[in-house]
Amino acid sequence: MIDPSAPDFWSGLFQVLLVGTGQTLYMVGVSLLITIIVGLPLGIVLVGTEAGGLFESPFGSRRLGRVVNRVLEFIVNLGRSVPFIILMVALIPFTRLVVGTFIGPTAAIVPLAVVAIPFFARMVEIAIKEVDTGLIEAAESLGATRWQIVSKVLVPEALSPMILGLSTTVTSIINFSAMVGTVAGGGLGDVAVRYGYQRYSTIHMVAVIIVIFVIVMVLQALATILARRFAHKSRPARAEKALPALRESVITGA
Amino acid sequence: MISVQHVSKTFRSGGTVTAALQDVSLEVAEGEIYGVIGQSGAGKSTLIRAVNLLERPDTGTVTVDGDELTALSPADLRRARRKIGMVFQHFNLLQGRTVRGNVELGLEIIGVDGDARRRRALEILDLVGLADKAGAYPAELSGGQKQRVGIARALAGSPKVLLSDEATSALDPETTRSILDLVKKINTDLGLTVLLITHEMDVVKRICDSAALIEGGRIIEQGRIVSLISTAGSRLAHELFPLGAVPSLPGDTVIDITFSGGSADRPVIAQLARTYGLDVSILGAAIETIGGNQAGRTRLALPGSAAGNAAPISDLRSQGMLVEIVGE
Repeated sequence: MIDPSAPDFWSGLFQVLLVGTGQTLYMVGVSLLITIIVGLPLGIVLVGTEAGGLFESPFGSRRLGRVVNRVLEFIVNLGRSVPFIILMVALIPFTRLVVGTFIGPTAAIVPLAVVAIPFFARMVEIAIKEVDTGLIEAAESLGATRWQIVSKVLVPEALSPMILGLSTTVTSIINFSAMVGTVAGGGLGDVAVRYGYQRYSTIHMVAVIIVIFVIVMVLQALATILARRFAHKSRPARAEKALPALRESVITGA
Repeated sequence: MISVQHVSKTFRSGGTVTAALQDVSLEVAEGEIYGVIGQSGAGKSTLIRAVNLLERPDTGTVTVDGDELTALSPADLRRARRKIGMVFQHFNLLQGRTVRGNVELGLEIIGVDGDARRRRALEILDLVGLADKAGAYPAELSGGQKQRVGIARALAGSPKVLLSDEATSALDPETTRSILDLVKKINTDLGLTVLLITHEMDVVKRICDSAALIEGGRIIEQGRIVSLISTAGSRLAHELFPLGAVPSLPGDTVIDITFSGGSADRPVIAQLARTYGLDVSILGAAIETIGGNQAGRTRLALPGSAAGNAAPISDLRSQGMLVEIVGE
């Protein structure tokens, strides 16, 4: 039991929260980066290898395209259906192989990325499927290579829904990062369990909830505004006006 | 400039087999505007998409500016496509790029560097009359403006051929006319060969030098418009000058006279009345300006049988007019 009236209680709380937030942001940030690097191409290949897709016949073989599509579909479905707590434990040997340990924030990045990659890949897949096939034809008629179609048409045109998908992804990574904390991953989840639960400090618990809530809110607002900015459905002047409002909301944490 | 030879294309979806193109051949001469007209489902869209191989034909060959596209490797085909601009019914502009960015797309693909790209884009936008919209996004433009961007994008890479896939079908009549005038201007000023498909006869009337009628995946009729109008029984000519159903007039001979070029401004009917003393009645007439020339079709009723009117009819024919006896 922690005594809130102790003289060093608030500075201790602040210290613990700071370290926890830092660890959480580190875990979430790095796994998000890995998620984008792996999930984006994965999503593109998932759409592309479908029948009639851009990569339906890699190296001239439709069979190869179909196999690639089936295998990736399977992996994505598997990754998304296994409950995170099980995945995390099941991945321990793999984590140890990659990072050298399975304890601490760096080790937590591995299961976080593994769970987020298929999730984000699906988001990318959905976003890219929404792109009008007429745009692909227009690019083809201009003599574009497949890579140019991906880089100049598909990804830029799907950017807005992909950013929204990314924000959903990052919210679940934050969610899972708290769970990782319970198995000695560190971060805000670890703070909530060790202080809030095991040592009955309601103040710690509430503080953690507030910090996580603020992080999620800020990221969500950022994503919404970026998505709107890239959508160009409204006049760009309006998006321009929305930016200062975003800066304010970041500062005040609203 | 464009030669399509014996092209066939069949689509299979589920259990149904659709023959979209059946042994289609056509030749588009350099510098002309060639219109393919047909109803939806006639195969015209498949045809135009076969010209730049967006749709690869099952059989037959497609040659554009000396390159046999159907025989090229993927890389060579991409290079050949740069000589073929294409505009689409639904514009197909990138929403995330400005007007200038859209026009630069083709130049980026070819690998033109930034500065030259910008200059070329502004030059082309000026040509299509959108220089002031370079920084706007497609969502801020009207349909006609969007199509101008589509045309500018197609022209940026200096193609030799422009393919137009129902470019005006999503536009209102007035905007359609302005876009057609722009296509005509490009054709004249840049010497671009244009192949367009449409379901509107007005498009053919307004700008085409040649036309083909497509139905059920087959070309029914094709040729230069000036010669089509003087071809007896031409369906295209009949649709260019719609006179409706032939009325039944017992005792009279109904004839359709097609004028073109020099005969258009001659006082034919007065001449008939004067020379042969005939009471000519006019049942219908359609006059159009086609390719800068007056051309028209008049339906007349002459009293008496066709045999009885043999003299005036052969007289008209000898003046270079196409006379078809459509009822007696």
